[in-house]
Amino acid sequence: MAKSIDVSDLNIYYGDFLAVEGVNMTIKARSVTAFIGPSGCGKSTFLRSLNRMHEVIPGARVEGKIVVDGQSLYDPAIDPVAVRRQIGMVFQRPNPFPTMSIYDNVLAGNRLNSKRMKKSEADSIVEKSLRGANLWNEVKDRLGKPGMGLSGGQQQRLCIARAIAVEPQVLLMDEPCSALDPISTSAIEDLIHELKSEYTIVIVTHNMQQAARVSDDTGFFNLKAAGQPGHLVEFNATKKMFSNPDEPSTEAYISGRFG
Amino acid sequence: MATTTPEDVGPGAPDDTAPDWSNTRAGVGDRVFLGISRAAAFTILVALAGVGVFLFVEGFDAFSLEPEAYAEGGGASTFLGYVGPLVFGTALAAVVALVIAVPLAIGIALFISHYAPKRLAGPIAYVMDLLAAVPSVVYGLWGGSALAGALKPVIGWLGDNLNWIPFFSAEKVAVNGRTMLTAAIVLAVMILPIIAAICREVFTRTPRLHEEAALALGATRWETIRYAVFPYARSGIVSAVMLGLGRALGETMAVAMVLPSSFLVTLSLIGESSPRTIAANIASNYKESTPQMQSLLIATGLVLFAFTFAVNFLARWIAGRSERRLAR
Repeated sequence: MAKSIDVSDLNIYYGDFLAVEGVNMTIKARSVTAFIGPSGCGKSTFLRSLNRMHEVIPGARVEGKIVVDGQSLYDPAIDPVAVRRQIGMVFQRPNPFPTMSIYDNVLAGNRLNSKRMKKSEADSIVEKSLRGANLWNEVKDRLGKPGMGLSGGQQQRLCIARAIAVEPQVLLMDEPCSALDPISTSAIEDLIHELKSEYTIVIVTHNMQQAARVSDDTGFFNLKAAGQPGHLVEFNATKKMFSNPDEPSTEAYISGRFG
Repeated sequence: MATTTPEDVGPGAPDDTAPDWSNTRAGVGDRVFLGISRAAAFTILVALAGVGVFLFVEGFDAFSLEPEAYAEGGGASTFLGYVGPLVFGTALAAVVALVIAVPLAIGIALFISHYAPKRLAGPIAYVMDLLAAVPSVVYGLWGGSALAGALKPVIGWLGDNLNWIPFFSAEKVAVNGRTMLTAAIVLAVMILPIIAAICREVFTRTPRLHEEAALALGATRWETIRYAVFPYARSGIVSAVMLGLGRALGETMAVAMVLPSSFLVTLSLIGESSPRTIAANIASNYKESTPQMQSLLIATGLVLFAFTFAVNFLARWIAGRSERRLAR
């Protein structure tokens, strides 16, 4: 199922404001790609442009090309809703649907596709997704309880279960651990390791160690200068990025000498 | 809150250079403001209690008059017999108005909050608010002349073709268009702005996070609204509907001006004579009546008061129940 993503000459705008300029990269299938960089440099914006979530903000638009498995995402014939069904997303703060039970939360995406599902089929999707998100053992006895009753880390894994229940081709994660404690973070990181055998994962993180731990490739974003658009400074294998980066500014950022 | 003077603190503490940790700066401003807001809060309770007491004292005698006194109410002989048809008429008018207004108001609110482009949403919201500012007498005039005339063919058609539905069957269909349906539509237009305004406010406050959760799963706009906006807005919608219902129950002028009514219990919305509402009954009879009759009218006012109260409590309870289920 996993697909690679080719990005070429991507400019992202909010209205007239150019937020991210000239991104080129290839994200490999069945691998974890991390984006790092200072706040406001456009890495989340770029991530959101990968499943067209970016354009739910009024005035936001994109120039350039993103190709997933030979299909250009911004082709006029493409429905953004269909794109988002193929490319799942997990957000910074866990956001299970507050009125829904754990069970219904997992199935939310499947129900959107509005197929009638048999009970047994639904049950097996729920179990498989929750097992996939390493949450099954903790919640199997209370599937009917509200998703909001779980702890923050469990809620985030519930959101991951919800995202993988529809079997997307790509999973985007926007700082998925930034609201979690170290133990939950470690649980999510383990999960990312397991998921990459089936999914293409792209993760934005502020935590350099996390990028080094979970990712195969890393992209470093930065602002060209204050008030200038963000751009991709360097994109390389994570090992190389953290030991011997090509760009001096990458090394400065990673080693904490920012600027 | 006990304030601690230096003497209370004991040995060692009275030291002029030590920082003063006691609560001496709980300033005048704080206390004045507390007083004002507390007074305001109690005023509302006092006013409500005052109205209740007035209605009860003035209307109490009317609960047990001689049977003849109630005769005007369609030959009733007890207070319940008198007020029953009025309660029915009030509820019918209000419920039909709600049935018309609520879907429309939610639709308008959603359009403004989620569908319309900004330059369209602003003007529509503005016009909506203007509708709320039109006095009810004007709505009455409009309903009695313009709307009633315009509805004549519609009412005729309903009477001919849909008369198997109890709402549209009548012994004599009103030829002048002044029917319960007309009154309910006027009421609906009157309560539309308040329901729509509150719904819009609640809809726009849906947490972005919940909407994005739905969008990221590949929800269309309508699915996003169903998944994220409605669950979040449910109790707000109930409040909005309650406010609308309150206004519809108590509305006098519009109904009294549109509707030739009598003490009737009928579900028909298009008959020549229609059930009367409590408010309209009071408005049209209060001036030229005997003290006994006035007391009777006040008693019906008390019933309306209690009825509105009960409906409100019920709605709060329903809204609260869904909240509690969420919080669990």
